[in-house]
Amino acid sequence: MTQTLQTILARHQFEPTRLLQILCDVQEAFSWIAPETITALASALGLPRARVEGVVGFYSFLYSDAPCRYRLLFSDNITDRMLGNQALITYLCEKLWVERGRISEDGLAYVETTSCTGLCDQGPALLVNGWAIPSLTRERLDMIAELVLAQTPVEQWPRELFAMENNIRRADILIGNLLQPGDALRAALFAAPPLGEAAESAANARSWREGLPAAEHGSMDLLEEIKRSNLRGRGGAGFTTGMKWEACRNASCEQRYVVCNADEGEPGTFKDRVLLSTQADLLFDGMTLCAYVIGGGGRGGGSTHGFLYLRGEYRHLLEPLNEVLARRRSAGLLGRDILGLAGFDFDIEIHLGAGAYVCGEESALIESLEGKRGVPRNRPPYPVTHGYLQCPTTVNNVETFCAAALVAAHGGDWYRSIGTAKSAGTKVLSISGDCARPGIYEYPFGVAVSQVLADCGAGETLAVQISGPSGVCIAAPEFGRRIAFEDLATAGAFTVFDTSRDMFEVARNFAHFFAHESCGFCTPCRVGTAILRATMDKIAAGHGTLHDLAEIERLDRVLNQSAHCGLGHTACNPTLDTLKRFRPSYQRRLKSLVFEPAFDLDGALAAARRMTGRDDAGAHLSMEAET
Amino acid sequence: MSDTFVLDGEDVPFVPGQSVLQAALSAGRYIPHLCYHPEFKPHGSCKVCTVKANSGLGSRYASSCTLPAQAGLEVESATEEMNELRRTLVQMLFAEGNHFCPSCEKSGSCALQALGADLGVMTAGFRHFYPDRPLDASHPDFLLDSNRCILCQLCMRASSEVDHKHVFVLSGRGITKHLIVNSASGRLADTDFALTDKAAEVCPVGVILKKRVGFAVPIGQRRFDQRPISAQALDDAPRPSDTSRGTA
Repeated sequence: MTQTLQTILARHQFEPTRLLQILCDVQEAFSWIAPETITALASALGLPRARVEGVVGFYSFLYSDAPCRYRLLFSDNITDRMLGNQALITYLCEKLWVERGRISEDGLAYVETTSCTGLCDQGPALLVNGWAIPSLTRERLDMIAELVLAQTPVEQWPRELFAMENNIRRADILIGNLLQPGDALRAALFAAPPLGEAAESAANARSWREGLPAAEHGSMDLLEEIKRSNLRGRGGAGFTTGMKWEACRNASCEQRYVVCNADEGEPGTFKDRVLLSTQADLLFDGMTLCAYVIGGGGRGGGSTHGFLYLRGEYRHLLEPLNEVLARRRSAGLLGRDILGLAGFDFDIEIHLGAGAYVCGEESALIESLEGKRGVPRNRPPYPVTHGYLQCPTTVNNVETFCAAALVAAHGGDWYRSIGTAKSAGTKVLSISGDCARPGIYEYPFGVAVSQVLADCGAGETLAVQISGPSGVCIAAPEFGRRIAFEDLATAGAFTVFDTSRDMFEVARNFAHFFAHESCGFCTPCRVGTAILRATMDKIAAGHGTLHDLAEIERLDRVLNQSAHCGLGHTACNPTLDTLKRFRPSYQRRLKSLVFEPAFDLDGALAAARRMTGRDDAGAHLSMEAET
Repeated sequence: MSDTFVLDGEDVPFVPGQSVLQAALSAGRYIPHLCYHPEFKPHGSCKVCTVKANSGLGSRYASSCTLPAQAGLEVESATEEMNELRRTLVQMLFAEGNHFCPSCEKSGSCALQALGADLGVMTAGFRHFYPDRPLDASHPDFLLDSNRCILCQLCMRASSEVDHKHVFVLSGRGITKHLIVNSASGRLADTDFALTDKAAEVCPVGVILKKRVGFAVPIGQRRFDQRPISAQALDDAPRPSDTSRGTA
């Protein structure tokens, strides 16, 4: 075993649950995960070799095919396509003399596409060996090609290539907060008896499970505030945060986990990237507050540990976030006896994802944290009682933890007074597509789509995709609808399409996305998303029929009835939404037949016609049957 | 004493911890299924056993093999809606792999084929994928033909839970998900797979085939040639001791 491999394994304490983290490090160090490396890792970790191989095979950013110096993956969200990424891919391939999707013969470069990288407001984007580069142009690709051909290590590439904008266009209570690191935490902890005597007596008091000691009121009070705030999860499902925390607190176990879901994979969403860049302290305050609540204030509830699951596409945020964590540890905001509260121990570590959208599903995320293939679990039991390593686990979105910190600082009533009756607080939207000012917009819940469109400078708007492919696509007559759980629930994506766009192509891009990201566990999603992709391609190629449209509706029924998780349930949504609202863009591609073979028989005769030099009517199949 | 839930209008007793499918089978009631096997922990991947479950909280669709039986649950299984879904799922499995029944050694003993016949599946319904899947004849005692694999994970579960060998594992994702074996060469011959393994017995289709015993039983006299899978599944189900085996 090489020294590098040994170092990586030691960094992760030879811990099999850290397999994915080990593999990410190996990929970064060696540019691939060689078969002999898999064998070595398996024996060092005491795992069956095939299990390691199976994990490597699951994640898009882990490669076991061959070493390659530069892997250049173009983000392939519809917004990247609208900004011309296809031509840029071809351009770079020509520059580098490589074939798309194949490692060059000398092992130097590989150019392919990947799912949305969360840079839709500054696309087209790509990842080079996992590092994001936004705002691609031919000039920037010229520079990239030169660096690749000169074999300059990525860490020596000019920093301006990787420079990213936050593009905050509208800030409200969250993005505009003036809290200092730890403020929210202090507000909650010292709403309880202040430090000094009370804290000491509290430390000696019995745990809340046996009877409430003085300081225990702090965590109970905070839970009450969170419940009073009516805060609901910002990841899309909208589960009440207070109820989730309470269920986790009440589950009996010695060990509990707080997990922040920063696996922001929904195409068109990038608000977590900006929150992680600008609000990291607020987020970590929120996670620490969650630990405070579910761990019962640190005493008696056993120990609590935190994870931030950061999507692989946000690799560039890893070091900055780790610096924030280190600073918080030295400031007493993490670690043992947080803010001097005896027994309140909590720390956070960051785990990287490796290119798997499905890991945004909370139970798949937990499987991935455990170093496994990111396959959603059967539920019940739910993570709040049986999560990471079967211990009670609270999984919340980045924005949810930030909002929880605001609640702790300003109170539940204050928070609930913002937004609508059923949707408290604000929502951070990631706006991209056809508008003058793409970026981050924070609004109180209840804002109308038309208002948002006016603010971001969208004109001639044909449609808006709310909450990404798994959300809903709306057309102009619906622009009076509001962003709120009771109307348009959203995880934050807001993709604008103007009248120059073809909504069929939008839906086709999303169908490809779902097929690529299906974990493959259940039959309907594994096969159904592949059938949907093939059907959309068939229609695009001019071979579609009315029968195909009916088949898509049948697929949707099957996926909704039987898919294992939300990915499958929503996979047909973009197609059905656009079919309902923009049917002509499908119909003009259909041949007016009930049946149209996918195979073009006359086209297949073209080679024979060329060889015989014939092109007369007799050399063609009769087209008379088509009416 | 046990509680009951309702399956297609009739009471079915269950003991706590049983899933709807397990309770139904032990009570002599059939719910079509494929990746479920009474000897292994159910995981609900094939979705053929999907039922509509109505409770106080509303109705939802769920895999009956993993759905915990609960008093008061009203389960719809033998409905046209559910059987139409099952036919589509079976069609998807046929379209996904390369299944050429007439030349397959498992024809007549194949659960996928038998299920299709029982449910009235006449064609694959979808355009075939014709995937390029390898054949591994390296092992002296076995032929591994992944063309027919339906990814039910039974061999995987048997090999890890019973044989403690992990010979079979899944790799890939989505439609490219596939079975791999536990060897650096990727060949079955280089694993410790053996004739005595439980995993050698459980493949419901024709992936793991023993060599030198092909066509030992003539077509027409094979397992599902004799009685449909719906009857045989009940024979295989663990039953309370006071109930005689078989209901046909």
